[in-house]
Amino acid sequence: MSNEIEAIKDPGLPAHVHRKTDTDPIAEKRAERQVAILFLISALGTLLFIYSYYFIADDVFIFLPVMGSSNAHQLFLGLGLAIALFFIGAAAIHWAKTLMPDEEVIAMRHTLRSEDEDRDAFVATVKERAGAAGLGRRSLIKRTMGLSLGLIGLSPLVLLRDLGPLPKDDLTKTSWTAGTRLVTDPGDRPIRPEDLEVGAVAQVLPEIRPDQKRTLNDIGKDAVLLIRIRPEEFQLSAERLSWTHEGIIAFSKICSHMGCAVALYEQSTKHLLCPCHQSTFDVPRAAKVIFGPAARPLPQLAITVDSEGYLVAQKPFTEPVGPSFWERSS
Amino acid sequence: MKRLSQLRRSRFSSPLLLVIALFAIGTTLSVASASNKSELTVDQRTAQIAEGKQIFLKGCSSCHGLNLEGSAIAPSLIGVGAASVDFQVGTGRMPMADMSTQAVRKKPVYNAEETAALAAYVASSAPGPAIPDESALNYERDGNAAAGGTLFRTNCAMCHNFAAQGGALTQGKYAPTLMGVEPKHIYEAMITGPQAMPVFSDKTITPAEKLSIIKWIKGAEKEPQLGGAALGRVGPVTEGLLVWTLGLGLLIGVAVWLATKAR
Amino acid sequence: MTARERIAGTVANYVDERTGAAKWAKKNLTKVFPDHWSFLLGEVALYSFIILLLSGTFLTFWFDPSQREVLYEGGYEPLEGLHMSAAYASTLHISFEVRGGLLMRQIHHWAALIFMAAIVVHLLRVYFTGAFRKPREFNWIIGVGLLTLGIVEGFLGYSLPDDLLSGTGIRIAEAIIQALPVVGTYIAFFAFGGAFPGEAFIPRIYTVHVLLLPGIFLALITAHLMLVWYQKHTQWPGPGRTEKNVVGYPLMPAYMAKAGGFFFIVFGVTAFLGAVASINPIWLYGPYNPGQISAGSQPDWYMGWLDGLVRMAPPLESHLFGHTISWNILIPGLIIPGILFTGMALYPFIESWITGDKREHHLLDRPRNVPNRTALGAMSLTFMLVALINGGNDIIATNFHLAINQVMWFSRISIILLPPIAFVVTKRICLSLQRADRELVLHGRETGRLLMLPHGEFVEVHEPISPELAWKLTAHEQAPALALEDFDARGVRRRGGFKNKIRKRISRANAEVIAKPTASDLKEIEHH
Repeated sequence: MSNEIEAIKDPGLPAHVHRKTDTDPIAEKRAERQVAILFLISALGTLLFIYSYYFIADDVFIFLPVMGSSNAHQLFLGLGLAIALFFIGAAAIHWAKTLMPDEEVIAMRHTLRSEDEDRDAFVATVKERAGAAGLGRRSLIKRTMGLSLGLIGLSPLVLLRDLGPLPKDDLTKTSWTAGTRLVTDPGDRPIRPEDLEVGAVAQVLPEIRPDQKRTLNDIGKDAVLLIRIRPEEFQLSAERLSWTHEGIIAFSKICSHMGCAVALYEQSTKHLLCPCHQSTFDVPRAAKVIFGPAARPLPQLAITVDSEGYLVAQKPFTEPVGPSFWERSS
Repeated sequence: MKRLSQLRRSRFSSPLLLVIALFAIGTTLSVASASNKSELTVDQRTAQIAEGKQIFLKGCSSCHGLNLEGSAIAPSLIGVGAASVDFQVGTGRMPMADMSTQAVRKKPVYNAEETAALAAYVASSAPGPAIPDESALNYERDGNAAAGGTLFRTNCAMCHNFAAQGGALTQGKYAPTLMGVEPKHIYEAMITGPQAMPVFSDKTITPAEKLSIIKWIKGAEKEPQLGGAALGRVGPVTEGLLVWTLGLGLLIGVAVWLATKAR
Repeated sequence: MTARERIAGTVANYVDERTGAAKWAKKNLTKVFPDHWSFLLGEVALYSFIILLLSGTFLTFWFDPSQREVLYEGGYEPLEGLHMSAAYASTLHISFEVRGGLLMRQIHHWAALIFMAAIVVHLLRVYFTGAFRKPREFNWIIGVGLLTLGIVEGFLGYSLPDDLLSGTGIRIAEAIIQALPVVGTYIAFFAFGGAFPGEAFIPRIYTVHVLLLPGIFLALITAHLMLVWYQKHTQWPGPGRTEKNVVGYPLMPAYMAKAGGFFFIVFGVTAFLGAVASINPIWLYGPYNPGQISAGSQPDWYMGWLDGLVRMAPPLESHLFGHTISWNILIPGLIIPGILFTGMALYPFIESWITGDKREHHLLDRPRNVPNRTALGAMSLTFMLVALINGGNDIIATNFHLAINQVMWFSRISIILLPPIAFVVTKRICLSLQRADRELVLHGRETGRLLMLPHGEFVEVHEPISPELAWKLTAHEQAPALALEDFDARGVRRRGGFKNKIRKRISRANAEVIAKPTASDLKEIEHH
């Protein structure tokens, strides 16, 4: 079949079409002028850039459509630089397009594959010289070389050990213990139950002694959300209910999915929403996950009041807070 | 000439009389109007509550019940306080037009006088949060913008976004943008917790802290674009969109020009 | 000889006597480069990289990559008196006190976004035109490597200022590391020098971002360009173009001027964006605090698809023998991306296995002539797009009055349903386009002019197309499906039977094309 069918032929490179600038000297001069103007605009851009840098104060604002009130220093500095750069490019491209030779040239590709005799020579060289090195024959050298190179490969791994401490039980412990007062974040004020109305929410942290400093590491584990609903709205087991106080319930604010702060409380639905991946937790059911990728409810902090009437933790969290990890058993 | 006649004929008498007159008028006016704003007489108050009740019965009772008790489709208003009414009616959220997801801010239906009457009526049913006084809303003097920013980011940004542009809640609800909202309404929203928004009690966020938050919000609202067009102040989503449209568009456009043969 | 020529000659002589450069220069100054706008996409990426190096170096002169706590006294009132990391404070200093600092920060970040966008568009061009085939498989793998490293480099870069948005991103990255079975907590503690956030992470990623990765980039980009230089660029099929030649313009002067000019264009457009569009306004985000979060937190666009996959993942976690495996993190965060990128890197070899084609290719394919490859590309793009859109589901919900729950369910279902639909639709479109090409060659262009024949019939006049266009539309190869016999000549069953069956099936589907018209077909038509 194939030798009867004649394929359409390649007509070859089409004839070169001359540009106006190739044939008409007026057009050529005009193109030259255009290129020159483009270069000049770029120069003006640089001047605007230098002027803006030194002479436009950074508290001057001008109003522009779409952009609104804009900082003049920043805007003109940037525009000056942009014009300076862009028009060099535009000039070079216009010059190349209109004035530089644009005849298409044909070059031949060379075969990438080496000549057979070169390949044979290569193989022969490698064989001969590898044989001279004797690695194949000298198994004692081979094995001891393997041992030394393999061992030295371990040295960078050893050196990196002090990058950080071992996790040990760091992920399972927070600063909350029995009797730790809940204080506002920010403000560090202790909270009484009467301070919260039904439907209210408070961001809290554990109280610290005056000489202590709270680090971001602490906040990253200790942040707690305090929510007050009507006590009859809870749907909790007896044990979990005993961790609440007069309708006030406390959860770890660190999302059980990937650790963002789950601070978003919807009063009307009593849902907590994590804005990172939209995991939704139901507060009356101990932050049970009802939507989204989180696989575990937020850990609940057992709270009660102390002798002075301030809200305190009954005991530490009964499970690690934050995202899951291999050693977490539940 | 008698002393008084001499004085009357002095060239300072006219300007002096002018000053005295101005002073007198000004003082009288401020005394009179101050008493109007801060204290109504008992009669005026009763009349206001009655007016409020009339407006309520006409425009609100179909959903909120004839005695503020609420119904299947609207909550009870007993104890919500004047602040709630001032917020909801003052921002146009109530009367609610579209019953689908949540009440949206729109052009208020009732004017200031009617709103005040409604608020007085609702407040008369049971105690609740009061409308904050003008003097208690001087956020420029009493607030601290930096503290307000920290408070905002800890308590508000997770719903309203870092620049108070608004954000998504579940099931189609959303936290609206705070741009262009009156300081009084921001304050009232914090203390009454409208719709899905929780209540921020005065003990957990003190009044001074609330003013700091308002100061920060107003600062962010007035802050001009420091780096250029703000692209909505929602972060990388619009920035990426700009790159794929304007950025690549310009560059590919130039590339096409570059590779096209000149005429 | 003019004075200029004399001086140039002296310099050239000086250099050549020490390096022998004249021979190399002579050969390469006349090197031919084919000219098409789609060949400039890689250049956009290359030039963006140079812009990143230049603007980034500027920033390093003021940036302090330390997480130690400092008190801000810089003059931006909404942050006055706050405690923050030195990294954040120095970024504020660059933005507000260093003249040109904010401009450079914005140019650097815009250049990063353009760099990644250009890599993706360049990758798509190379993929859809088959430029990854032999001898360019190594270059394809280097390219996929550059894409992957670019994503990491960008993430590390925007995390350096330690603001609320990027700090949230680091928290999520730490959760992914922590979720790794067996070694997760150890690697996380080693990377962060302890618990999150610690004080070691930002200084360490600074070294990676400023030294290690740029070094690797320079090496890979150099290898990438050297391969293109040595193997010569591919070209579109057309009159006069064959597998054995390159038709284009010489390096000097036209190509140098155009390519050099294009660098300034890319720099200019990036500077323009840096001037008029605000990006990463860290002073509004505030310093990072693990107890804070903003609604609508997203990573930069090139990681948006990862965020989207994580958001739509089902809440799966296994608890076995006292240990937890978080499938809801590992599957969307590591396993699926791993499969995608490995598949992408190995694609040239997969395709040559299917087609059995082991020859060199220097002529590009028109995407319509390789319907299976084009459809597969459309399918992958659809997958990535659904994931990317889901990454912004909360912003989409607020702006289009939808519920995040609706958008999430839409994404979960679409990411499974839409890619196969895209495959089928794209393949059918390619075949239709092939049919249209065949019509054009055989019957010419429809001119829209109607002619009434003597006996009353109306016909539309068709103009035959030029021989150049006819060649362009028929220059491609149409290889038949692989003939893999299950039994060889002596009746012995071939090894690898199952693999061969799959290969045959795919190869048959791959060879489904509309037969291109031949000169014989044309002659036949002429007769009626």
